[in-house]
Amino acid sequence: MGKVIVVTSGKGGVGKTTSSAALGAALAQKGEKVAVVDFDVGLRNLDLVMGAERRVVYDIVNVIQGDAKLPQALIRDKRLETLFLLPASQTRDKDALTPEGVETVINELKRYFDWVICDSPAGIERGATLAMRHADIAVVVTNPEVSSVRDSDRIIGLLDAKTLKAERGERMEKHLLLTRYDAARAERGDMLKVDDVLEILSIPLIGIIPESMDVLRASNIGAPVTLADTNSAPAQAYFDAARRLSGEVIPITIPGEKRGLFGKIFGRKAA
Amino acid sequence: MSIFDLFRKQRSAPMARERLQVLLAHERASSSSDLVAVLREEILAVIAKHVQLDADRVKIKVDREETVSILEIDVEIPLDASLKAA
Repeated sequence: MGKVIVVTSGKGGVGKTTSSAALGAALAQKGEKVAVVDFDVGLRNLDLVMGAERRVVYDIVNVIQGDAKLPQALIRDKRLETLFLLPASQTRDKDALTPEGVETVINELKRYFDWVICDSPAGIERGATLAMRHADIAVVVTNPEVSSVRDSDRIIGLLDAKTLKAERGERMEKHLLLTRYDAARAERGDMLKVDDVLEILSIPLIGIIPESMDVLRASNIGAPVTLADTNSAPAQAYFDAARRLSGEVIPITIPGEKRGLFGKIFGRKAA
Repeated sequence: MSIFDLFRKQRSAPMARERLQVLLAHERASSSSDLVAVLREEILAVIAKHVQLDADRVKIKVDREETVSILEIDVEIPLDASLKAA
């Protein structure tokens, strides 16, 4: 049986979809079978970020309503044989996702895939609670910024209350993925540091993704960050995070922190 | 801290950190309000078995501190109600 991961955050625009695509691809690049599922019904974007927007025929709502079989709706990635996408629908019907339907889909996916990655919509409404409902592991995506940290705290509360694991009295495994981190600005005291966010949210860290042009570049071309440029700093950070998800112990490094005198001078000017 | 920092604006990250710590301590406490509502109903039911009371005269509060939470129950029992029960 595969493991179900929810990528969630509460706040929008912090990098859930980018991270779902990148972590999914990174795991598939290790040869694992991965399905990434878009739960953002009405505002799907995972297909676009993964470059599969023109290949969407059926979506998760079609599967739930019995209009398509799961294998018909799954889109295989063009670059990675073991990476699949289950798109969200564009319907405006808020009740299109049903708890029973989601349960059936997730259980079927778990049988065929090593990893089922649920890309949660922003907010704390139906879509977000259904995305986290069946998760074994939660990846809480947070920016080093006050509103994102506050919303993450809310989401952590929901993960401990509204998931199947929580209702069974089990402990939900939660990890913090700090994205858009700028070590130079944190060093200058103008951005919350890694330790600040960790102390406030008190969940273990799975990775630090540096603020980088490479992330926008990847979405421009429709490739997960780890496929667009495997050597870029954010790609390396996502590879490390994916290995930690699989249980490997890798020391956390803060990307971009080791700056020489040269970097310091130009870092200041750039600010 | 270098000489350059003297000319810079005050650092903002410590303020962000402090504001978050205060806010979240407050929000975490109030998110247990579900529990308070349940406790209120059940405690009321138990007391109502023995004395007549006015639901508005029952105050239930949870104060969350660093290591312990304090549950405060404040029930006002009218004099004639306790006489009735006796």
